[in-house]
Formats: sequence, structure tokens, C-alpha cells
Amino acid sequence: MVECEKLGFEATELRLGLPGGGEKSNANYGKRGYAETVDLKLNLSSKEICLDQSDLDEKNLNKEKNLMPNCATDSVKPPAKARVVGWPPVRSFRKNVMAVQKKSESEEAEKGTGGAAFVKVSMDGAPYLRKVDLKMYKTYQELSDALGKMFSSFTIGKCDSQGMMDFMNESKLMDLLNGSDYVPTYEDKDGDWMLVGDVPWEMFVESCKRLRIMKGTEAKGLG
Amino acid sequence: MLNYFPEEVLEHVFDFVTSHRDRNAVSLVCKSWYSVERFSREKVFIGNCYAVNPERVIARFPRVRSLTLKGKPHFADFNLVPPDWGGYVYPWIEAMAKHGINLEELRLKRMVVSDESLELLAKSFPNFKSLVLVSCEGFTTDGLAAIASNCRFLRELDLQENEVDDRKGQWLSCFPDSCTSLISLNFACLKGEVNAAALERLVARCPNLRSLRLNHAVPLDTLQKILTQAPQLNDLGTGSFVHDPDSETCGKLKNAMKKCKSIRSLSGFLDVNARCLPAVYPICTNLTSLNLSYAPGIYSNDLIKLICHCKKLERLWVCFFIKLIHYTYFFSGVPLSNQGLNWIMQILDTIGDKGLGAVASTCKELQELRVFPSDLYGVGNAGVTEEGLVAISAGCPKLNSILYFCQQMTNAALITVAKNCPNFIRFRLCTLNPTIPDAVTNLPLDEGFGAIVQSCKGLKRLSVSGLLTDQVFLYIGMYAEQLEMLSIAFAGDSDKGMLYVLNGCKKLKKLEIRDSPFGNVALLADVGKYETMRSLWMSSCEVTFGACKTLAEKMPRLNVEIINEGEEIEASPDDRHRVEKMYLYRTLVGPRRDAPDFVWTL
Repeated sequence: MVECEKLGFEATELRLGLPGGGEKSNANYGKRGYAETVDLKLNLSSKEICLDQSDLDEKNLNKEKNLMPNCATDSVKPPAKARVVGWPPVRSFRKNVMAVQKKSESEEAEKGTGGAAFVKVSMDGAPYLRKVDLKMYKTYQELSDALGKMFSSFTIGKCDSQGMMDFMNESKLMDLLNGSDYVPTYEDKDGDWMLVGDVPWEMFVESCKRLRIMKGTEAKGLG
Repeated sequence: MLNYFPEEVLEHVFDFVTSHRDRNAVSLVCKSWYSVERFSREKVFIGNCYAVNPERVIARFPRVRSLTLKGKPHFADFNLVPPDWGGYVYPWIEAMAKHGINLEELRLKRMVVSDESLELLAKSFPNFKSLVLVSCEGFTTDGLAAIASNCRFLRELDLQENEVDDRKGQWLSCFPDSCTSLISLNFACLKGEVNAAALERLVARCPNLRSLRLNHAVPLDTLQKILTQAPQLNDLGTGSFVHDPDSETCGKLKNAMKKCKSIRSLSGFLDVNARCLPAVYPICTNLTSLNLSYAPGIYSNDLIKLICHCKKLERLWVCFFIKLIHYTYFFSGVPLSNQGLNWIMQILDTIGDKGLGAVASTCKELQELRVFPSDLYGVGNAGVTEEGLVAISAGCPKLNSILYFCQQMTNAALITVAKNCPNFIRFRLCTLNPTIPDAVTNLPLDEGFGAIVQSCKGLKRLSVSGLLTDQVFLYIGMYAEQLEMLSIAFAGDSDKGMLYVLNGCKKLKKLEIRDSPFGNVALLADVGKYETMRSLWMSSCEVTFGACKTLAEKMPRLNVEIINEGEEIEASPDDRHRVEKMYLYRTLVGPRRDAPDFVWTL
């Protein structure tokens, strides 16, 4: 009965009379946790650990150590993506196809090193447009500075990490947009108008076709 | 009285009995029915190629025209079975050729098919019409060339997810000009190029072509030309779907699509520029089957736009692949904090679930859904959650088959799904972390799956995952009366779990278990049970050599195979040693003679 109260699903609770009067065990549910199984495998036989797909970013493994899969408990810490053979159960054929596709996607994303990336920049109220080569800059801050010089009354808002948190805080974003500040937007490869700053810089350079610096009041519909 | 019917009448009646299970039942009625049935059976289905041998099949069914064979155990799909384990088709083709069988159709799954087999097949059966290979390996495009060159009446060549070596020999050009009988051609899994002109000519001279699935090497302009020649197609798999969307070619493609009023099934998009997708909108209205699971290039918003046109969809395979690749740097070049990452992950999760929400509101006829994982090894852990599944169950009341890879699950969601969809025949849930508990309560997912088996009285196939105790197996044993196949991984606490299943599921045919604490007590409790099943797989469990030997001794009509990899090749291993991989199956013909060194049949 204790179990049922814990679950809080009285109405939908499955009531079963167990033969022999057994009860649901209150045992430690983490008994044979994934983490332990993987550790077991690491001890018993290193062959069990799948060593394929090595092209899929060794670096990502390190980044993932900070990323926990959404797990409601803090005490069971899954290992940093130690790969168990055959999990998730996806056919090798499918895995291989996806791996190749993902590889060529990331190759394409990184490919944009050659050539220039000139895009038109318009600013609401300015009498004429300008052109910038996005490849000349490495960060949004640099671009912001350059545009600022081009259009002297232009500001992109705060770009430090505090500013980043501001952008993620919706009410602060609304304050910014409601102000008389200008907001940078761009048209991406799909033809959609996007708020500058959401995506990593390299991806932005890759997908930006033109820039438009909108008046803050007009930009409320975005983001 | 039925004995007084002349055999011709019985035979005529049996013509209407097509399913192999019904035929098997018919043959058990009495000797004369057995006799009439066996001479009239044309389609033979063999679920495990080692349960019987070719000679016995041919002896019993001398008029066989269509043979279906399955080879390796299911877990071979996930690299759990070493290569060279077995499953060779050559002996079957050789035997049928030798006995003059008039073979017309061969359907193979998880078998090893060599080029020699294909050459022998092509030359031995003049009326051969249909070759279907699913998840097979061992052949090259040279074997395909042999089929194309020699099978004069070929109607169907269907290659699904096979590992095929490309020999750059222009196999498709080997179809002679006289070949005009093709109804179905699927070479989507091939990696190499085919001659576009040869392909176009082939399509043009086969007026009965209904199903065509191209590989990624076939460019969009070839597709456009083909569609213009074959507006009668029912089933289309596009090759590459990349082009300048504003080009004349894309315009022509859209026009060609408009004329293809019979297409009901669409797949492919192995390379895709999403801006070309509107070209397929004209056929979306009548689509009943859509497979986008190999199309990571279609991002969620475009996917949603596409699905909104598909109101008659009955079958949908998708994967929610995420566009953004590197998430560590954001905006200012400062690495993201964990909080920032979590925020992004929530958005991505919603995109996946949002996509499913679009499906739920549009596709009211949906019966089968497969959602593949979006990101197997990458940075993000985004995908779909229990919300997407609940939305689907609420919006699609006809849903009866699901395969769902997800980030997380809850008992509450599963209970809701069970209430909304009592018609599940196949229910396969896979949490990306195999032992993840209920995301809200942190409890095992026993209650959720229990609700599924209790509500879905027609459930035939079930795969469970997440944190699970013996309790879930108690529910399965109690309620899953029609269950035929059960897949278990990283679940249970003790032998009791497996015992509940073996005792309770009377119709169980295939049981596969990995990394679960089931041992000898469960294995040996009811040895007769295994003769009522096709097979049992247990890997990384608690079963020992001694127990396997005992089982093999008691049950001579089972093959108990131990798969040993690596260093354990001892002459007589200790009975107390745990067995890493055991595969047992009922058989009429004893231990197989083609087993490799690392497989011991006890």
C-alpha cells in the first residue's frame, strides 16, 4: 500500500493479488543500474565496449561529461556515454547511414573556410545599404563593432556572458526589444528572418544571406 | 463425410487458405488432409532456417514455388552475433536446383547470401520472378548483375537494408532490352552509382512498374525524367533530393509529381534540400505510407510542414534530427554554462514533441509509427519524450504498432497511452538510457508497461526498456496472453522475472534477453516450454555452462548453442562459468554442420 501512495495513481493503480503473499520490494531500485552494468563490462571485458564510429567527435565525449541525460535522480550518475554494444538497438545499417550523413553535414558546416561571404546590410531609416564580408570576423562582438562603425547609432546590445543570460531570460529580452535599441536580424538559407545571436557563429556565417537591423519595436514578433 | 470429398475438391478449398499458420493447422486434421495440403502448398515459410533442412522441406512440399527463410537471431541486428555465425542460403538454393523445384520467389531475412548463391539462383530457375532480401549480407553488385542478366521474367527485385559491396560493374545495365516485366525495383540500400540512362530506359520499357526505390546516387534530374515516364507508380523512394529549388528541374519535377496520381507510399530523401520538398506536396494528399527515417536533412519545421499535407497517412517513420551541430559556443564565444545547455535541450525536446503533435492533429488514420533516435552519439541529447507519445495516442485512435526511441518516459504517460490505444499489436519502447526510471517519480516503469499489457489484449510483440523490476514480468505473464515476441534488456531482479514470463505467456514464440539477472533456475524450470517456441536468446545473463549442458541433455530436439568469443576456447569449461551468449531453438535435424569454431552446440 505504501507503494501506491508513493505513486499517487490510486485511480489507475493495478491491483494484483500475488500468490504466496509476496509484496513489492522496497529494494534499492538502482540495483542493476546502467552505470553499474557498464562498469561491470569495463572490468570484465573491454571488447564489450563498442569502439566503432570513432569519427564521431572524440571531443564531444568530453563535452558530454557535463551533460546528463534527463534523469530525475542526482545520485545515479550515468557514465560519460560509455558505449554498450548494441544500445540503443538500431540496425547497424541504419547507424552507418546516419553516421555518414552526419559526418558530411558537419564537414559542410566546417567547409566554409574558403572564399568571402559578402552580405547586404540594411538598417531601418538609413538611406543606403552596406555590404560586409562575414568571414572577416570571428565573433558576434566583432561584427557588432564593425557594424557599429558603419552605422554610428547602431547597437547590438550586450554581448558578454551576462548579456547572453539576458537573452535567455524572456522578460529581459522583451525589455530590450521594447527599448529604442536596434535589433539585428538576418535572413537565413530557408528564407526565414531570424534574430541574430541564437546560433553558434560559424553556423550563422554559413546560413546568413543578408542582414537587417530593425528598430526594436518592430522586432517583437521574432524569437 | 469430408473424407468422401474427392481430393480435387479439398485442394480447391485449400486454395483459399493462404496463411502458413492456417495451412499448418489444416495439415494436422487428418492424414488425407495432410497429404492434400502438402502437395498443394506453394508458399513455404521457414522462420528459422536451422529448424529444418532443405531436403525435408522439398520432400514434404514438392510443389513449393515460394520460399521464405529467416536466418540469424534478431539481436544480430545490433552486433551481438559475431560474423560467420551462419545463416547461409547456398545449401537451400543448391538443393532446390538439384531437385528440379520450380522456384519463383525467394524471400530472405538476416541471411548470408553469396554471389555464387545468386548466380546459381539466376541460372537454375527459369521461371524465377521475385527476390526479396532484407538485412542480408555477403553479396556484391556482381551477384545482382547475374540476376538481372538471367532472370528473364523477373518481376521483383527488392533490396532492403542489405550490406552490399559495390563492384562498379554497372549491374543495372545488365537487364536486357527484352526485360519488360519489372513490377518492383528497390535498390535504395546500394552505395554505388547506376547508369542513369540505363535506368531511364529500363523504367520506360516496364509499363507494369509499380514500385521504384532509388539510391542516393540517383540525382534529382534523373528522378524527374523517370517520373515523367512512370506516372503509374504506387510506391516511390527518391534518391538524392538536392537541387537548386528555383531551377527549371525542380519545376519540372513538381509537374511530373502532379501527374503521379497513384503514389501512395513515399520514402528516400537520403540527401535532401528542404527547399525542394514542396515539389512532393501534390502527392501528399493521398499518401498512406511515408518513410523519412533516413532523412536527417529535413529539419523539424519542414517536416511539420510536409506532414500537415498528409491527412491519410497510415504508416509513418521519422527521425527528429537536430539541425545544430555544435552547441558548446553561443553568441559571445564563451562556452555555455550547464543552464544554457539545459535551456537549449528543452527547446529541442519540444521540437521533437511538437513534430509529433503535428502528426497527432493531422494523421487521424495513423496505424503504425516509428520514431528513430535523432542523435546517437552527438553532443545534444535531444529527441522526443513521453509527451510526444501521449499526444500521438490521443490524436491517433487507430494506432496499433509503434517503435519509439525516446529520451525519457513516465508511468503516467504509458498508462494514458494504454487507455487511449487499446489496439496495439506491436509496442516497442526504447529509452536511450536503458535503465532510466520514471522521469517524474523516479520509480521503475513497471506500472506503465503493466498498463499496456493489461489494456492491449491483442498485443503480439513487446519490447521493454527503462528501469524495470520483476514486477513488470509478473504483469506480462498475467496479461499478455497473445504475446509472441518479447525483448528484454537490462531489466528484472531475479529468476522470478523470467519465470513469470515463461509460465504466463502461452503463445510465446521468441524470447530474447540481454544483460538481465536471469539464471539457471529460470532456464531449467520448464524445459518442455522451449519446444513450443521458435527460439530463446540470452546474453550477459546469469546462466552457466552446466545448466546449458543439462538442458541440452534433457531436450534432444533443441539445439543449444553457446557463442564463445575471445579467449574462452577451452576444451571443457568449468560448469560454473557464466555463459556469455546462448541461443537455443527447436529443430528437427539436430546440430547444424556449418557452425563455426566459436559456436558450440551442446
